[in-house]
Amino acid sequence: MNITDFLLMRHELLLTAMVLIMLLIQIFTSNDYNASYFAMALFFIITVFGFAPSEKGEIFGNMYITDSLRVLMKNILNIGVLIVLFQSGEWISKPHNEGKRYEFYLILISTLIGMNFMISAGDFLMFYLGLEIASIPLAALAAYDKYRTKSSEAGIKMILSAAFSSAVMLFGISLLYGTCGTLYFSEISPQINGNILQILAFVFFISGLAFKISLVPFHFWTPDVYEGAPTTVTSYYSVISKGAAVFIFIILLFTVFKNLISQWQPIIYMLAVLTMSIGNLFALRQQNLKRFLAFSSIAQAGFILLGIIGAEQTGMASVVYFVLIYIFSNLAAFGVVSVVSEKTSKEAIEDYNGFYRTNPKLSLVLMLGLFSLAGIPPVAGFFGKFFLFSSVASAGYYWLLFIAAINATVSLYYYLLPVKAMFINKNDTPIEYIQSNPTAKTALIICVVGLLLTGFAGVLFDYITSLSFGI
Amino acid sequence: MIQGVPLQHILLLTTLLFFIGVYGFFTRKNLFTMLMSVELMLNAVAINFVVFNAYLFPENLQGHFFTIFIVSIAAAEAAVAIAIIVNVYRNIRTVNAERINEMKH
Repeated sequence: MNITDFLLMRHELLLTAMVLIMLLIQIFTSNDYNASYFAMALFFIITVFGFAPSEKGEIFGNMYITDSLRVLMKNILNIGVLIVLFQSGEWISKPHNEGKRYEFYLILISTLIGMNFMISAGDFLMFYLGLEIASIPLAALAAYDKYRTKSSEAGIKMILSAAFSSAVMLFGISLLYGTCGTLYFSEISPQINGNILQILAFVFFISGLAFKISLVPFHFWTPDVYEGAPTTVTSYYSVISKGAAVFIFIILLFTVFKNLISQWQPIIYMLAVLTMSIGNLFALRQQNLKRFLAFSSIAQAGFILLGIIGAEQTGMASVVYFVLIYIFSNLAAFGVVSVVSEKTSKEAIEDYNGFYRTNPKLSLVLMLGLFSLAGIPPVAGFFGKFFLFSSVASAGYYWLLFIAAINATVSLYYYLLPVKAMFINKNDTPIEYIQSNPTAKTALIICVVGLLLTGFAGVLFDYITSLSFGI
Repeated sequence: MIQGVPLQHILLLTTLLFFIGVYGFFTRKNLFTMLMSVELMLNAVAINFVVFNAYLFPENLQGHFFTIFIVSIAAAEAAVAIAIIVNVYRNIRTVNAERINEMKH
């Protein structure tokens, strides 16, 4: 092993370097007003470097694997985190965050390191370590607003459910180890023959991971944590941490558990139906916009499962593509919600009545984000959903396609409720004009450009397809 | 490898331990007890790894290594969880899970 081998893990190394640099800056500066600018500048450089050409390879005796697909996944997460960092400037500059601004970025970046290691894992030990590095600090972030009761409530719900779910997942891994005698993905995969103990292990494993993606029987923590955590942290949860979990989920199902395909397809079928339907039904009755977006993100996770079930190359490509689009659309919606809730602390849908008259630009961005989440044609979300649906159809699951189409129609209703509130409903005292800060504006512009362009960039989908694989 | 104790008995023990933890997590109201239940589940998993390693695959040490990582991560998890519980107590003046219900759907 020589020095060039380390270049294979440049994403993680750069992020670690960023954490160390931020720590040093924190030690040698007297105040932390500029923390967000340092973080944005450093992370922007890392994001750009992430796109440098990459090689395929394994290091640390197969514990760490990297190839073009995994690098692409990390780059997608990097873009999302960059937008989240741009959006965080407004909230972090508030006086009640003084003295702990660097900590926020340190914790945030260390969770991203964990997610990158999780995606690149080559054995279950590395996978578990990455998962824990990603989930323990996230709970600390949820409880970041020390004096707000809702925030600490979100923190305790997050850490207990994360600990519980990883314990369940570990029980599955231990049984799998008992049947295979190894922890390496490449050695486990041929040894899986579908005996009872392995199926039991798989069920435990998938339940633990479903907690992280918040699929329906395991979703109870999601709305509370999303509502209670600071809005910037919520947007990080809903796209980055969910996206990373989806990426490793699909890789594991397609490589390690490929011999169990006849067992996991019905499980994914049930999870997809439950997640879409129940996520939608609960989203219908929400009044708080953050909670509403939480249930909508549960329903979106159900749609993501549609791409997994066929176990084909196009299915995987449509999942990765959908996560990219989902990052843009959800962050556009959360960006506006975060700007409004920081300036006016209003989060209910009816507070947005007449929003268009006072803030036409912000309401247009929110409208585009919600249209994309609903899957209305000119914006990218339509293309994301279209590819997911076509991959289900080509796999021959017509009933599932039917249920998904009904759910997409139901979701149109509730996604249009905030739009109706903003554009049609009358209000004598609408939210006054909001001057958002320049970095938040940049984030929203990136989101809107992404929403309008990714749908039409067929090259992108072809590129993702060329990297994907099926069973 | 323990003389006279078959693998099945130990697996029975760990499975019982695990589900006692699950039961405790769902029925207990005190946040600390819930955390202890999760630790019980993690301990069951740790014993599982050691036992599988010692009885079935003594030629390598992957199970033992995994156990060491489980123990250390459980410690980190407990540290963060207890810090958050202390913060909850400062804000809400209780560690009863039933009374931490400001957010409901």
